[in-house]
Amino acid sequence: MIDLTTQYLGHTLKNPLIASASPLTKELGSIKKLEDYGIGAVVMHSLFEEQINHEQHQLDHFLHNSNHSYAEALDYLPSDIDFTNIEADDYLEEIRRIKESVDIPIIASLNGVSSGGWIKYGRKLQEAGADALELNITYIPTSLSLDSSQVEELYLKTLRDLKEHISIPLNLKMNPYFSAPAHMAKKFVEAGVSGLTLFDNPVEVDIDLEKLIPLHKANITSSKDKSETLRWCAILYNKLEVDICANTGIHSGLDLLKALMSGADVCSFTSVLLQKGEQEIEHILKQMLTWMEEKEYSSTDQMRGSISLAHTSNPDVYERNSYIGALQSFQR
Amino acid sequence: MKNYQTLDGNEAVARVAHKINEVIAIYPITPSSAMGELSDMYSAKKQKNIFGTIPDVYEMQSEGGASGAVHGALQAGALTTTFTASQGLLLMIPNMYKIAGELTPTVFHVASRSLAAQGLSIFGDHQDVMGVRQTGFALMPSNSVQEAHDFALIAQAASLQSRIPFLHFFDGFRTSHEVSKIELLDDEVLKSMIDPQLVAFHKQRALTPDKPVLRGTSQNPDVYFQARESVNRYYQELPAILQEKMDKFASLTGRQYSLFDYVGAKDANSIIVLMGSGAEAVEESVHYLNAQGKKVGLIKVRLALPFAHDAFLAALPKTTKAIAVLDRTKEPGSSGEPLYHDLITSLFENKEKLDFAMPKIIGGRYGLSSKEFTPAMIHAIFDELDKESPKNHFTIGINDDLTYSSLEYDQEFILDNKEQFEAVFYGLGSDGTVGANKNSIKIIGTQTDNYAQGYFVYDSKKSGSMTISHLRFGPKPIQSSYLIQKANFVAVHQAVFLEKLDILEIAKEGAVFLLNTPYTKEEVWERLPRVSQEHIINKKLKFYAIDAYSVAKKSKMGSRINTIMQTCFFAISGILPQDEAIKKIKDSIQKTYGAKGDQIVAMNFAAVDNTLENLYEVEVPRTISSTQELRTALKGDLDSFAKEVIARITEYKGDSIPVSALPNDGTWPTGTSQYEKRNIAHEVPVWDSEVCIACNKCVSVCPHSVIRSKVFDSSFLEGAPENFQYRKAKGSLFGEDEFFNISVAVEDCTGCALCVEVCPAKNKSQTNLKAINMQPQLPLREEGIELWNFFTSLPYVDRERLDHTKVQEAQFLEPLFEFSGACPGCGETPYIKLASQLFGDRMLVANATGCSSIYGGNLPTTPWKKNAQGRGPAWSNSLFEDNAEFGLGFRLAVDNHTNKARDLLERLSPHLDSTLVGKILSAKQTEEKEISAQRARVEKLQTLLQDMKQREAQELLGCVEYLVKKSIWIIGGDGWAYDIGYGGLDHVLASGKNVNILVLDTQVYSNTGGQQSKATMTGAVAKFAAGGKAAMPKDLASMAINYEHVYVAKVSLGANDKATLKAFVEAEAYDGPSLIIAYSHCVAHGYDLRYGMEQQQKAVKSGLWPIFRFNPTLASDGKNPMILDYKEPSIDVKEFMYGETRFNMVEKMDKEAAKEYLTTARYTAKNLYKRYTTLQNQFNEAGE
Repeated sequence: MIDLTTQYLGHTLKNPLIASASPLTKELGSIKKLEDYGIGAVVMHSLFEEQINHEQHQLDHFLHNSNHSYAEALDYLPSDIDFTNIEADDYLEEIRRIKESVDIPIIASLNGVSSGGWIKYGRKLQEAGADALELNITYIPTSLSLDSSQVEELYLKTLRDLKEHISIPLNLKMNPYFSAPAHMAKKFVEAGVSGLTLFDNPVEVDIDLEKLIPLHKANITSSKDKSETLRWCAILYNKLEVDICANTGIHSGLDLLKALMSGADVCSFTSVLLQKGEQEIEHILKQMLTWMEEKEYSSTDQMRGSISLAHTSNPDVYERNSYIGALQSFQR
Repeated sequence: MKNYQTLDGNEAVARVAHKINEVIAIYPITPSSAMGELSDMYSAKKQKNIFGTIPDVYEMQSEGGASGAVHGALQAGALTTTFTASQGLLLMIPNMYKIAGELTPTVFHVASRSLAAQGLSIFGDHQDVMGVRQTGFALMPSNSVQEAHDFALIAQAASLQSRIPFLHFFDGFRTSHEVSKIELLDDEVLKSMIDPQLVAFHKQRALTPDKPVLRGTSQNPDVYFQARESVNRYYQELPAILQEKMDKFASLTGRQYSLFDYVGAKDANSIIVLMGSGAEAVEESVHYLNAQGKKVGLIKVRLALPFAHDAFLAALPKTTKAIAVLDRTKEPGSSGEPLYHDLITSLFENKEKLDFAMPKIIGGRYGLSSKEFTPAMIHAIFDELDKESPKNHFTIGINDDLTYSSLEYDQEFILDNKEQFEAVFYGLGSDGTVGANKNSIKIIGTQTDNYAQGYFVYDSKKSGSMTISHLRFGPKPIQSSYLIQKANFVAVHQAVFLEKLDILEIAKEGAVFLLNTPYTKEEVWERLPRVSQEHIINKKLKFYAIDAYSVAKKSKMGSRINTIMQTCFFAISGILPQDEAIKKIKDSIQKTYGAKGDQIVAMNFAAVDNTLENLYEVEVPRTISSTQELRTALKGDLDSFAKEVIARITEYKGDSIPVSALPNDGTWPTGTSQYEKRNIAHEVPVWDSEVCIACNKCVSVCPHSVIRSKVFDSSFLEGAPENFQYRKAKGSLFGEDEFFNISVAVEDCTGCALCVEVCPAKNKSQTNLKAINMQPQLPLREEGIELWNFFTSLPYVDRERLDHTKVQEAQFLEPLFEFSGACPGCGETPYIKLASQLFGDRMLVANATGCSSIYGGNLPTTPWKKNAQGRGPAWSNSLFEDNAEFGLGFRLAVDNHTNKARDLLERLSPHLDSTLVGKILSAKQTEEKEISAQRARVEKLQTLLQDMKQREAQELLGCVEYLVKKSIWIIGGDGWAYDIGYGGLDHVLASGKNVNILVLDTQVYSNTGGQQSKATMTGAVAKFAAGGKAAMPKDLASMAINYEHVYVAKVSLGANDKATLKAFVEAEAYDGPSLIIAYSHCVAHGYDLRYGMEQQQKAVKSGLWPIFRFNPTLASDGKNPMILDYKEPSIDVKEFMYGETRFNMVEKMDKEAAKEYLTTARYTAKNLYKRYTTLQNQFNEAGE
């Protein structure tokens, strides 16, 4: 019997497969399906503070903006209403419902904008029963006057504040664009994160040539996109007191094996599940197990980090730009 | 412990009525709508009545329907009420006879309002109530918010015992909308007053098959008369019953009322008798005058009908020498108004009982349509009573220089009540001033020992309107039922008002003046007009200022300055210690906005704090330095009527216009909105000729006709202003030497930006710019005026050159509807404008009451206008319910005139050019060219007729213009077409007559504030559908198509402007009834209307607003009459619905319901597509 159990963010997962935040992790129905097909844990669909704020402002504005302008119509919409779903109450209720109905750990996901907001919603998510909290902070520093240390401090402050106010483990979905990702990972761990997801996969930007407008497009990755994931899992393995989740480009059981060997504790799946549905989990697991059986591995722990920077005989592959590496190999 | 609350009259009544009734059937009508809406809200919140049940509140399709439902519910044994006003009450008359005839206890609560006569008025007087005196209802007025609260209960108690139905009324606006501190009745008082045994008796009389009886018989000459007389004793016993209930009420609450309450000197010589809010002002004046040594008194009538003679005589002081009876109503041609008549009858029929000499009695009218009734007028009436021969049948408050009925009064006379603090605030409708002031007066009323009163005045426009808030408070109950005349505190929330109006005239000596100004501390004084500086110096005003918009921006409040100005008021008025005041404001913010999210609360808290940092006192110089005079209200080439009447109304001086200056039959000139340059837009569109593709879409969607395009040849460019842009005219229609320009009336623009959103052309180097872009108005104003003036001097393109079925070309036609008072971004007016462009010069418009009648016909200025030939739409509004019939009447009359003209022409034919006559009689007149040719023929005929001696020739001259086709348009909203007017609409559709019906479908009663109609879409929140409407909307188009002889089009300008234009042209050309149902976005939908056209597209793409044309003419030509102008739904309904607050707010209230609504909407979208494609296929098959 191969042992797939994995420790992640203080919980024992039956296997290292995680469904990352996506429309598939929005409601109980699809989360239950993911569990039935064998997922180890689920990251809930993100709660967007910005969206909550925007909706509050919109509601407040449009319930009142035309009021008291004309004697016959002092208002237009009934406003003396008991709103029950203003502060993401439905999201919180859904967490409660999911927690009651599934056995796997549920990781809440928060996409915040303000320091007060992170703490407020972090607490609410903890109270609703989330087993851990994933933070989605990808700040795009468009200002010419903002330097990298200031941007880094924004991230770190958020983490420190949040750590002070909530007790469930924190996981940070890290973006790949820091100048010194390893150093930043260390800083994040010092600030209190228990897990790092490598990496955040920003929404794609495109341009509509008909309408002459920029567009957002879902960033659907493929197996070919896992290079940086493997590199940084391999580099960070065993260097920090942190759990590592491989995120981008992990699409199959074989990708999963590679990620674990590079040093990831768990792998999370988005694009492949969106493309193929929840049942793909079963296929990924089967592919991984078949390989492990064939190669006679007894557990995932056995292989974890086995081809990391520390444990490989070819560290150059991770450390060097491929072109230079190729040159060096030529010289040898 | 006494429970004091600060609330308005409507709420005061609704709170009681909801507690003591089981069924409430209503129909919205100003100013009573809030009573129904509040009741609906109480029931939606599951609040129970004193019987332990939740009242059923039901919105009906008309007041006729509401009264029918009330009658039915009463007959079936439920305690039932309704709320109404004005024409609504008149529509209830038939049922009121029945309810009274059957001795059924009930109370109708009426916020009394003027009746539509020479003009409609939404404001208060007693014409409606006095119009139902004959029905058998007892009439019980209340004079104040407290009384309205109390009498709602007392009337019910008396009605249950007496079995006489009551009409409890209070003055529309003055009481219904006045916010006042009152003592609330608790449930125990209600229970004590409503006798369970009497309730049981009412229920025992219910129609039930378990104890069957029959009512509503048809009675014959033998018994009807006797049966009618059988109820007399009930009316005779009523006054005593009512007094008994009043006494019981007094024992429970300490507030004693009598059938007639006398106030004043025990030995008074002169007495005023009246009812309604005016009595409060009289009482206040009586106390003042008696303190000055007068001997005057007041009798407040508590039961107007039946008139309790003995009680009246008992109330009358024996020293009375003269009585003035005041009626707030008008009965033209009568020998006096009702209360006067009752009093005369009472005194003369009982003169033997009088133990003093018969006093002089005069009657007078006051306060029609909320005309102010002030202590000065009351003083004048008492002075009149002192005269040997006082004027009878007088009027007060106006200058009747025609029949000299009016009494003169000293306009300077005011009661200077030093204990009372009086504050006025001038704000813009959209800046939140009124909301903030309601909040302030509630804080003062509930959080201090003061009595408090708030009253709010709005102007006649739906966009950029000025509001004036009048706030009073003091240690004694406030009886000043009139506007503040001199204020301790004057706040001007928009500095631009000072440029137009002498606002500080109202400030008392030493008053505080607060100004929101964009200027700095150093600049602010210099920027004031001369007259403002004069008041500030002469009256020693303390002057404070703040740049509230900057503070709002800093606090992320957008353009809402409500919280900021409210904070200023509390900070500098000294009502409360500043810290305490700020705490109370914050508590109130938490209470008001807490339910809408922490962010909103935090934003408002920040605004409060930022306000205190930015408010400053202005050091007032000793001398006047400004030379800036007040701007004139109207600009342009004004005739004497515009100068003497329209301008004065615009300057808020309409009260001073004498009777002789006003039209006596309600006829007003058209096209006067062009003189009222309102300058309300912060930003206006600016055209970029380089980028423009000349599609004219911006012109087409502009709700206020401020964007126009013209094509002209180079000769017209001489003298063009330097910055007048133009480009070569595009398309084969125009020649090489012709140029195209788009101009904007910057002073008339409301800044909605619909034009920018609809513009398809983008700047190739900067895609955030289009061919039309919004820019700040102020720096552009002067140049903009010059450019617009030049543009208007250019000729319009010859109508005959243009293809009226092409959007781009049709938009070169002159709009004969411009600069209306509609909301910025209005979705209705582009359709009206389009009709006016296409057919305006031969159009008669019957307009149902509603938004379109308000922005189309609310004084002072009128948007319907004439063209250079003096032709244009002739417009009228009859009522809300009868518009289709009204328009059909136009058709019948025009047909009659036309037939007469044709007949006369045929008879004169031997004496005229037979070719000309033949051509006139056979002209088809379906297209512009034919119409134009016919006009030319008729003009020629007119010339010929003038020289002819025959009697027929002279007769024909009187109706010869009817030989040119007239276009009859029946316009209204969905409230009219789907609900109250549907019966008439259906009848007119069935008639086969050639009328064009335009339904401006906002899917809600927009004009009265967003009540649901049968057009309201599934899932939309509206009043009376506070949780979202569950049912599917009525498919009016399908119903009309069923006739097969009706042209039916469902259109959306935003989704398909070509199909919309075709629909208008086809509908008008069709020789039979045509119905166009036009999607109209509306402020009631809750989103930024600059995206109105985009939302229209989504509505169509989602399938929820199918667009099509059903043209019976095609069927007669053997073609398929059904043309679908949309494709199978291509986006999810949610994409459309959740862009609007009316839909998406449901998700914030009830997620499960929101899901269900989406499911129903998806079904509806699919089903409608199936319905219309099936219909199309059916006609295909029929054709085969």
